[in-house]
Amino acid sequence: MNPVFDWHALAPDVVLAATIVVVLVADLVLPERAVWQTSRIASLGVLASLVPIVTLADHANDVRTMFSGAYVVDNYALALKAFFLVATYVTILLSVDYIEEGDYYKGEFYFLLLTSVLGMSIMTSARDLITIFVALETISIPTFILAAYRKHDRVSNEAGVKYYIIGVLSSALMLYGMSLIFGVTGSTLLSDIRAHLETVGTEPLLAVAIFLSIVGFAFKVSAVPFHFWAPDTYEGAPTPVTAFLSVASKAGGFVALLNIVFFGFATEAASDLWWGALWALAALSMTLGNLAALRQTNLVRMLAYSSVAQGGFMLVPFAAAGIAGARGDASVAGTSFEAVVIYLLVYGAMNLGAFAVVIAVARRTRSAEISTYRGLFATSPALALTMTAFMASLAGIPPLAGWFAKFVMFRSALEAGTGWAVSLAVVAAVNSVIAFFYYAGVIRAMWFQPSEGEDRTPIRVPPALSGAIALTTAVTLVIGVYPQLFARVGELAVGS
Amino acid sequence: MEWSEWALSLAVFIPAVGAVVTMLIPRAQEELIKWVALLTTLGALGVVVAILVDFDYDRGGELQFAVDNRWIDVINSRYHVAVDGISLPLLALSAFITVLCVIYSWNHFPEPHNPKAFLTLMLVLEVGMNGTFVAQDLILFFIFFEIVLLPMFFMIGVWGGPNREYASIKFFLFTLFGSALMLLGFLALYFKVDTPVGNSFDMVVLGEAAGAGLSNTTAQLIFAALFLGFAIKVPMFPFHTWLPDAHTEAPTVGSVLLAAILLKLGTYGFVRIALPMVPEAAEDWAPWIGLLAVIGIIYGALGCLAQRDMKRLIAFSSVAHMGFVMLGISTMTDFGINAAIFGMVAHGLITGMLFFIAGSVQHNFHTREMSRLGGLLQQAPKMGWILGFCAMASLGLPGLAGFWGEFPAILSAFQPLSTLPEETFRTYMVIAAIGTVLAAGYLLWMLAKVAFGTPKPEFEHAHVHDVNAFEWASWLPILVLIVALGVYPNLLFKVTDDAVTRTTDGIAEVLGAEQP
Repeated sequence: MNPVFDWHALAPDVVLAATIVVVLVADLVLPERAVWQTSRIASLGVLASLVPIVTLADHANDVRTMFSGAYVVDNYALALKAFFLVATYVTILLSVDYIEEGDYYKGEFYFLLLTSVLGMSIMTSARDLITIFVALETISIPTFILAAYRKHDRVSNEAGVKYYIIGVLSSALMLYGMSLIFGVTGSTLLSDIRAHLETVGTEPLLAVAIFLSIVGFAFKVSAVPFHFWAPDTYEGAPTPVTAFLSVASKAGGFVALLNIVFFGFATEAASDLWWGALWALAALSMTLGNLAALRQTNLVRMLAYSSVAQGGFMLVPFAAAGIAGARGDASVAGTSFEAVVIYLLVYGAMNLGAFAVVIAVARRTRSAEISTYRGLFATSPALALTMTAFMASLAGIPPLAGWFAKFVMFRSALEAGTGWAVSLAVVAAVNSVIAFFYYAGVIRAMWFQPSEGEDRTPIRVPPALSGAIALTTAVTLVIGVYPQLFARVGELAVGS
Repeated sequence: MEWSEWALSLAVFIPAVGAVVTMLIPRAQEELIKWVALLTTLGALGVVVAILVDFDYDRGGELQFAVDNRWIDVINSRYHVAVDGISLPLLALSAFITVLCVIYSWNHFPEPHNPKAFLTLMLVLEVGMNGTFVAQDLILFFIFFEIVLLPMFFMIGVWGGPNREYASIKFFLFTLFGSALMLLGFLALYFKVDTPVGNSFDMVVLGEAAGAGLSNTTAQLIFAALFLGFAIKVPMFPFHTWLPDAHTEAPTVGSVLLAAILLKLGTYGFVRIALPMVPEAAEDWAPWIGLLAVIGIIYGALGCLAQRDMKRLIAFSSVAHMGFVMLGISTMTDFGINAAIFGMVAHGLITGMLFFIAGSVQHNFHTREMSRLGGLLQQAPKMGWILGFCAMASLGLPGLAGFWGEFPAILSAFQPLSTLPEETFRTYMVIAAIGTVLAAGYLLWMLAKVAFGTPKPEFEHAHVHDVNAFEWASWLPILVLIVALGVYPNLLFKVTDDAVTRTTDGIAEVLGAEQP
């Protein structure tokens, strides 16, 4: 059978791949003083690949299937492709001055960044175990290098090596799990796996297989107890890379988990095999992530643990869908799927925004200690205000976007409605209160405490960084007040 | 477009527009910022007054000025706002007090000054307060209920007293804990209640459904979640511990708004949401709520007697007064709930006023230690007399507003809803009556300490301002209202009665009970 190429559907990825090549060649050809142009090429390429997404979205509800079902471009894939590209664009805005002013390889940075994004873009369309695995490795391998990008800094080297070893270990576990799934069901296509589970049922070996692959993903999304690489890696990596890891790369892991769970394992019999594991991962990630975050004095480490906890919140809808699915109630799957997608999009905006402010403040203080934020409201009110908005949003306080993400998460659990689901919702509710305490710690430092530094002039923020902050703030505010605008995206994703 | 379709949205969002404007004005132009804030709050008050004029009091039980627009379709939540006789007085109170707070602040900005941030926060706060009282959709209600948290957090944390950081975070965490569980309760109502229109967040629909289709356990759990959300906000004993800290540390205006409006969000939630939406569970909980209410009355009173700080004493008196309100609500009768709403308004005016005075006393003497104060009547006779007047009003002197909140609430416990245990509530009635005696005790004690006697040596030659123009402007309207409501309570009872009767009749019908 000849593979059919739908070039329109492939266009976003093709444009991205072409940009990668151009960036790499430009880095070789351009003279040293013009190498900064690579960042411009990269951002233009990212924007260019958004164009075919828009034209594809114009044909709403078209499902374009390729490679015997292994690669699908539907509304869900498009929505997340757009999310990854916009998140990357913001990451480039964060990186421009950081990379320019530091002693880094410039062109290669954008080459690696975009390669990782290509993996994410493919992941959104992957409906086949092998494609998912290849996409996941394409996401991960460039980020190993990026994490260690401050090559003269031992902490950064440690970050990269730790991330690499954990990443390889989790890939191995996942691959073993996938091979067992293939052995039992006779296919790597998620639709075939699902059909097999529906008709033939489950067997004990499958439980092992599913468990192993979920553990693999748990490493990728840094769920407790597979999270311990995250704080060290986040702290050691260059801050724009940390922003990228905590948002895009984490989202890549979640998209993989969404694909594999909802397109492959979400049958009535199989749900029983996995919901318990996801329930435990969710509860542990929320609770331990939060408790660890409470103790942090460094803002980047705090955000690392907070992202572990936020990951726990994102796992709640998975568990809810599994609990309901195991009782034969398939309706919750739609709500849960939507909840995860919405949570990812909202989390992306507010977390990137928080990192943007961290990078801006660190330009003066050269530090991410929370104590250096004291009195920020007096010296740089705009930065303090936006940071307050991001912290409050992460804590889920209305009218900022975070509340809506938390809300849809709670909604999926309450819709499932069983004792297990509701108790997970209560755990999440208590955790969102605990979380406020450490987010408020930053707010308190900025507003309530006097400044310690000598320099009381406002912090100068370069245009690219200001753009990133403005964009993320706008998204955080608009979604918070009028979530409908955004929720359509989640809804479309589920509709397909 | 009809004016009635815009009225409530204007009342809620004029302050939001004002907040954006003040945020855009450079910080140095303080006068301009103050004027914008004043005109904004006056604008919102003007709209509310127009609503008061246009409101059809013969149909006070029905929702008026209703707007029901699409908002967040994906979660089936709508922008539904409306007022009836229960919410109207509270909306008016909120718009009214905010204006007075802006006037009082004019020359009284606490350290670190910064009128721009202070007034912007106050305007955002007003959005949340006004919005909560008009929302008729649970999600909308939740949003407004939460919007008040951040501004108050900053007010306490930035402009508060020495222990402000602790007090502000305590305030926030307590309320957030309650509201997080409350949100779960809302979601459970959405998914589990059988309504004619399927799953709904609409408060009218859910109120009419009255918990149909809920199993007993589910109803109990939902009520428990709602109870925690509202009881922490009220605050009821034993969830009150955040209140004295928050009040003591908050700047004067923060205390006034906290006492006058924010606490009412909790009691309003009981009347509007918890009781009508899960009446059967409410019936089971009512005796316990009544018990906590009378414990609050006695505990608050005893707590007052142990205070040395004037503001802290007023804060504890709030716990006691809100106990009377909750006792009225727990009877589930129209008489009790009418009394409760009167109590909310009266407490808002009187305690708000007491906090104003405490603020001015501190401004003059730089202390609120009652053992160091004394002789206010000699040094600032007008302020001393106003303090005496408010203490009388607070202890429930007939002829002033406080009486009509307290006395009927006690009386209502004599005859609760027919399915509630009568003896238990009569016991509560006796305890609550003892509470009024204690209230007289602590308020007169405070008055004696602060106003009577001669000034202490350290303040003998202190330069003390008596009530100034800004204080008169912000206090006089409250004093007039305290007298007006005291002399002619029907001013308020007539507004609330239809709506309350409608609510309680609905509850009684579901429970198969009879109103006394």
